[in-house]
Amino acid sequence: MRMLLRLVLALCLAAWWSGAARALDVRAAVLRVDYPTVLPIARSDVRPEDLGFAGAALGDEDNQTTGSFLGITFATSNVTATPETMMEALDTILSEGIRLIVVMARAPDLLAIADKAGPDVLILNAEARDTSLRDDQCRANVLHISPSQNMMADAVIQFAMWKKWSRLFLIEGSNPADTALADAYRKAATKFGAKIVETRVYEDTGGSRRTDTGHVLVQRQIPVFTQGAKEHDVVIAADASDVFGLYLPFNTWEPRPVMGSGGLRPVTFHPDHEAWGATQFQRRFEELTGRLIHEEDYDVWLAIRVIGEAAIRTGAAEVPTLRDYMLSDAFELAAFKGRPVNFRSWNGQLRQPVILTDSKLTISVSPQDGYLHQRNTLDTLGLDQPESACEAFQ
Amino acid sequence: MKYSILAAALLAAHPALAAKVFVTNERGNTVTVIDSGTWEVIDEFDAGNRPRGVGVSPDGKLLYVCASDDDQIKVFDTETYEELYSLPSGPDPEQFTKHPSGKLLYVANEDDNLVTVVDTESRTVVAEVPVGVEPEGMAISPDAKYVINTSETTNMAHFIDTETYKITGNVLVDQRPRSAIYTMDGSKLYVSSEIGGTVSVIDPNAEGGPKLLDKIGFEVAGVQPEWLQPVGVRVTPDNKWLFVALGPANRVAVIDAETDEVVDYILVGQRVWQMDFTPDHKYLVTTNGNSNDVTVIDVEAQKAIKSVQVGMQPWGVAITPE
Repeated sequence: MRMLLRLVLALCLAAWWSGAARALDVRAAVLRVDYPTVLPIARSDVRPEDLGFAGAALGDEDNQTTGSFLGITFATSNVTATPETMMEALDTILSEGIRLIVVMARAPDLLAIADKAGPDVLILNAEARDTSLRDDQCRANVLHISPSQNMMADAVIQFAMWKKWSRLFLIEGSNPADTALADAYRKAATKFGAKIVETRVYEDTGGSRRTDTGHVLVQRQIPVFTQGAKEHDVVIAADASDVFGLYLPFNTWEPRPVMGSGGLRPVTFHPDHEAWGATQFQRRFEELTGRLIHEEDYDVWLAIRVIGEAAIRTGAAEVPTLRDYMLSDAFELAAFKGRPVNFRSWNGQLRQPVILTDSKLTISVSPQDGYLHQRNTLDTLGLDQPESACEAFQ
Repeated sequence: MKYSILAAALLAAHPALAAKVFVTNERGNTVTVIDSGTWEVIDEFDAGNRPRGVGVSPDGKLLYVCASDDDQIKVFDTETYEELYSLPSGPDPEQFTKHPSGKLLYVANEDDNLVTVVDTESRTVVAEVPVGVEPEGMAISPDAKYVINTSETTNMAHFIDTETYKITGNVLVDQRPRSAIYTMDGSKLYVSSEIGGTVSVIDPNAEGGPKLLDKIGFEVAGVQPEWLQPVGVRVTPDNKWLFVALGPANRVAVIDAETDEVVDYILVGQRVWQMDFTPDHKYLVTTNGNSNDVTVIDVEAQKAIKSVQVGMQPWGVAITPE
């Protein structure tokens, strides 16, 4: 059925292209809201100036190569804003007639932007991972390129269960974002039959992030902090604030692996990923931007490719046609993760595999073998249709 | 009479008359040589860094190997396995197709969106043709008028005129087109889409330019649909059968090339990638990247009859002509 639909669409498109030699302009914008942040624990995690925009540039280039054979022009503009100026920035984008906007912002700001932009605009979320955005807070004009926290947590716990490491020692940060992430791990543990044997909260006491010989103290503090935990197979770090997760590996009292915000981390992409043709993608990105890729770059690249793919296959640049096609069974995109990615039609979340990395290599990719689903095994990650309270897509 | 029996006996016993099967081992950086008479490994030699696409010259004397990480095509003697020289191929050569005369190679350069045309005699680059993003599959029409390139991120089959080196037609296909092949009568072109999970059937001679006719889908009980990833494609010379390697589904699909319906799936090794026929077309050899072996398929019986262990991560296969 799905193939038939695709074939019909392809044939229609072929007829359309041969019948009409009109040019098509597809214009999009990336709106990045920058927040005051403290420095990351690891120096290589510092956000580059062109974070996200670099992915848009490559996405544009990839789309344009195809577009040049079809008479389609792709152009994406980059806009930075602060939480104070973002609405003004949105107005400017809209006044230029742009209706396809990739947004890199935190959840409340994303919602504010989406609600102000209205139903004629399609927002592609390339940053906020809050599960609520895919649940009761979903919006019909927002599609989520970034995976939800629940998808990431499920990816980690599936791997733990595949390893038969079912007893988890959960360490969560003290900020609300950390608690939300820890909730995702609690839910994943229940979902896949793991047991959280103990939970501890690591207080964020502020202070400077990197000090000379900081490891000397860390090496003494972390063992003490993790001492005396109930018998566990693995430590799960829920540290959305980047306060302690990276300190845990090798420093725990018991010799146990760490997963989550430190050790084996779930990511959408990383610069050492090479499988499924990703080497060529990495080389293209590095040649264009002169640096290694970050997750945000990949997420924005994917958003721009989603727009490009929908425009190329439908021959349209209008939001309703593109949105319908993106949410249809006919839509699919290769994303260097070994299988097609496409959207969950009930909440606008992009289905995608999650890479698990030790910060050097791809150690594994979830969903893991044996996690089955009646629709698509990718739906074993994150909110499934019956669990989601999203009604905007009905 | 007596002589002919003797001759037949000699023919049967003489190993030199069997074809040589050359398998590139992507990870092992070697080529494994198999005798198609005995299906025994007779040699393995170093073939540069990351050998992938492979082919034999029409006279059977030269072996061309894309050493992808060396950015060149290495040329070996098919008797001595000595490296003779290398051809300029452009960066990261992955696959190529040959002009029937053997004079020209058409090479897909995955890294810079080009098809490079290489003269095998003067060992020079004759032309560079800009194509879509991540060019991969290469095919040539039986009349040698068109070379086909598939680009993996652009998701197109590009038709390149071999006289002018201009693109004369583009057909959109499903995600990540990997390989292309013409039927021997030139009436159809098949393009496999690894991530799309389909094989596109294209009429290359349609009025108004090449036209998509149909898409072949795959279904195997007990195999997740996303693992049915078509990669290598081969058509029998009588245009009756199309064989499609299905990657991590560990199967080769057998398709009736008249109706374009799948009639069977042959279980082979793990991550089946590329394939080639023996010169008599009695056997089809598949490379299985994750089980480090090749499977020999009896073409008429449509059955796997043997597997042969080769080097690490076999990728491509080429067999000497008669």
